[in-house]
Amino acid sequence: MKILVGVKRVVDYNVRIQVKADGSGVATDGVKMSMNPFDEIAVEEALRIKEAGKADEVIAVTIGPKVCQEQLRTALAMGADRAIHVETDDDIQPLTGARILKALADKEEPKIVLLGKQAIDDDNNQTAQMLGALSHWPQATFASEVNIEGESAVVTREIDAGLEQLSVDLPAVISVDLRLNEPRYVKLPDIMKAKRKPIETITLGDLNVDAAASVKVLKTSTPAKRQAGIKVESVDELVTVLKEKGLI
Amino acid sequence: MERESMEFDVVIVGAGPAGLSAACKLMQLAQEKDQELMVCVIEKGSEVGAHILSGAVLEPTAMNELFPDWKEKGAPLKTAVKGDDVYYLTNEKKGIKTPNFLVPKPMHNEGNYIVSMANVCRWLAEQAEALGVEIFPGFTASEVLFNDDGSVKGILTGDMGVAEDGSEKDGYMPGMELLAKQTIFAEGCRGHLGKQLMETFNLRDHVDPQHYGIGIKEIWSIEPEKHQEGLVVHTAGWPLDNHTEGGGFLYHMENNQVALGFIIALNYSNPHLSPFDEMQRWKLNPKISQYLEGGERIGYGARAVNKGGFQSVPKLSFPGGLLIGCDAGFLNGAKIKGNHTAMKTGMLAAETIIESIMAGDVASKELGLMDEKYKTSWVYDELHKTRNFGPALHKFGTLIGGSFAWLDQNIFAGKLPFTWHNTTPDHDTLKSANECEAPHYPKPDGKITFDKLSSVFLSSTNHEEDQPCHLKLTDPSIPIKHNLPLYDEPAQRYCPAGVYEVITDEDGQKKFQINGQNCVHCKTCDIKDPTQNITWVTPEGGGGPNYSNM
Repeated sequence: MKILVGVKRVVDYNVRIQVKADGSGVATDGVKMSMNPFDEIAVEEALRIKEAGKADEVIAVTIGPKVCQEQLRTALAMGADRAIHVETDDDIQPLTGARILKALADKEEPKIVLLGKQAIDDDNNQTAQMLGALSHWPQATFASEVNIEGESAVVTREIDAGLEQLSVDLPAVISVDLRLNEPRYVKLPDIMKAKRKPIETITLGDLNVDAAASVKVLKTSTPAKRQAGIKVESVDELVTVLKEKGLI
Repeated sequence: MERESMEFDVVIVGAGPAGLSAACKLMQLAQEKDQELMVCVIEKGSEVGAHILSGAVLEPTAMNELFPDWKEKGAPLKTAVKGDDVYYLTNEKKGIKTPNFLVPKPMHNEGNYIVSMANVCRWLAEQAEALGVEIFPGFTASEVLFNDDGSVKGILTGDMGVAEDGSEKDGYMPGMELLAKQTIFAEGCRGHLGKQLMETFNLRDHVDPQHYGIGIKEIWSIEPEKHQEGLVVHTAGWPLDNHTEGGGFLYHMENNQVALGFIIALNYSNPHLSPFDEMQRWKLNPKISQYLEGGERIGYGARAVNKGGFQSVPKLSFPGGLLIGCDAGFLNGAKIKGNHTAMKTGMLAAETIIESIMAGDVASKELGLMDEKYKTSWVYDELHKTRNFGPALHKFGTLIGGSFAWLDQNIFAGKLPFTWHNTTPDHDTLKSANECEAPHYPKPDGKITFDKLSSVFLSSTNHEEDQPCHLKLTDPSIPIKHNLPLYDEPAQRYCPAGVYEVITDEDGQKKFQINGQNCVHCKTCDIKDPTQNITWVTPEGGGGPNYSNM
């Protein structure tokens, strides 16, 4: 059984995001980039399934410019067997991403596609769901526990009211949530080994996917600055001020 | 405990300008001599450049030697210096521009480049990897490993996944032994292993104590009409008094950004002084604020620098290893530059190792050739010429000392036949708190000046929360029992990241609190604590600031 895992290159979660002066997007020049933390959890889960003897191969895949290979190397150093780089300089939106993953799934025939529930750069939370729809596969999103039982996966999902347990037939799309696992530390010898593991580079043309975007980003801006607070003497004054501002 | 190990020919600790230049030069020479060589560089920052902080105006001498074709290779040296303004600030409102002929020669910057040293290091790392060097960011060198005969055999990388109480968390990964024939230490100023090696091998015998400064730096995005790409501004004088050494810098980089900062010598005597607040109020002088008004601060960081210069350079070789760059202390205080000397000493270490390999076995050997190479290099010449610059400022204050420096450098070209010494270490210079007046620092205005916490936020500093504190107190009672009554615990003020606090608990008891997760790895506490009670050790790999283009 093969597992295909999606890996996205994003601005590191520790970095304070800065919007470009012209509002055309977020500054990434000289900024530390990393694997999307949810994708790291997905890679870890794929490796654990393989280590439990329930999968034979873990394939990491990324979509983006050449530098994204750094994140594939991280996945390989964690333990993925091989990697596919869909190279493009275009801005890839969730629907295009899902189409690319669908084309790859047709080609590689994995039993599970594991994805982070969302990427921390655009917070879309759409790709897994779109991939499920395009491929007519069952989907189990926001997984906090995954158990492979024969030809199906039992997945615990985090939902508003608590936890929900689903059983989905394989092949299936699973998107992972924060509490699923704690990704491992990468070992030095594995980083060296990862340099020798294969990365296959393909283009959108190879997959017959068009990068045309259906959504246009008009403007990116920083959140409005919080205004300085005031101190009030009494509850009455507080109520008056709130009323004046039309808040109650 | 049995640990895994990996063997290399050379292990380099620290991916800064010195370590990476050593790595590149090693591979270049090995290829020339048709030698196979395994070289690895480990770096505690989460990526190369994450912990690099420098002005920086780069003198390209060493770069020209290392990569004569650096321009074609796309090195990020893009902004040539176009103007050199030096101001003497007389008070918070005024400053006098020093005529060019009165500026000491080493402070002239024709032919130099305004750079982000973090980006230069990222570029050097690419070159090193292309030459076959293994670079491992996110791993610390926590300990030196010794052979039975006392020689250095390599380093131990830090354990990952240790909880605050020392227990092993899920996913615990023990550190590995990285073994090498020669280990090059390039940790930068006040490296914690370098400090230990200098003691173990008595490398500082017969030299002056190292002297330090703390540099606090910000990056601003300013209004395009105020930006003059290539302009270099330096200031002396206010807000420091005549007996506290230091000064400010402001460099106009590309993309309407300016890098600005303030360096204060850590031999200051007033325990009430706060380098952070001095830096903040310095920006209020119109010579500086004229550029910042209407702009936005986008980066903050701090790092100690060594400025002892010629008189403080230790022995560089010991059995099994070498010290290079700021780990040894090659900053030229008169030029306020250490990147070119760091790079050059890294290259000298590479030459030393390759020449020694060609002559025989180098494993665990002491390569005294390194010290000889230093003494015949231009690094030695330029440090020797400027050897009295720092001590003059220290002895006579900014005005008279500065005048001497001008005579010494512009008339006598550093050839006066005497050498001044400064033998008091920087931790020994504080007067008691009640002898000194506390400076009055204005409240942050949120436009030009800011508080410490919002500043640290801009350094993108992060440490895994559940881990042992990496700032060790030899005697935990000293801060409250000794430092507080005598010096009003200066750590509260000299730390530029708000790591140290004296708080009063519910019972009215004073308590010394260490917020280790704020630490930007500047090492000032390790240097300035009056009883040398604080020891900086490496936290879990990848922790610390995440500087982008510092």
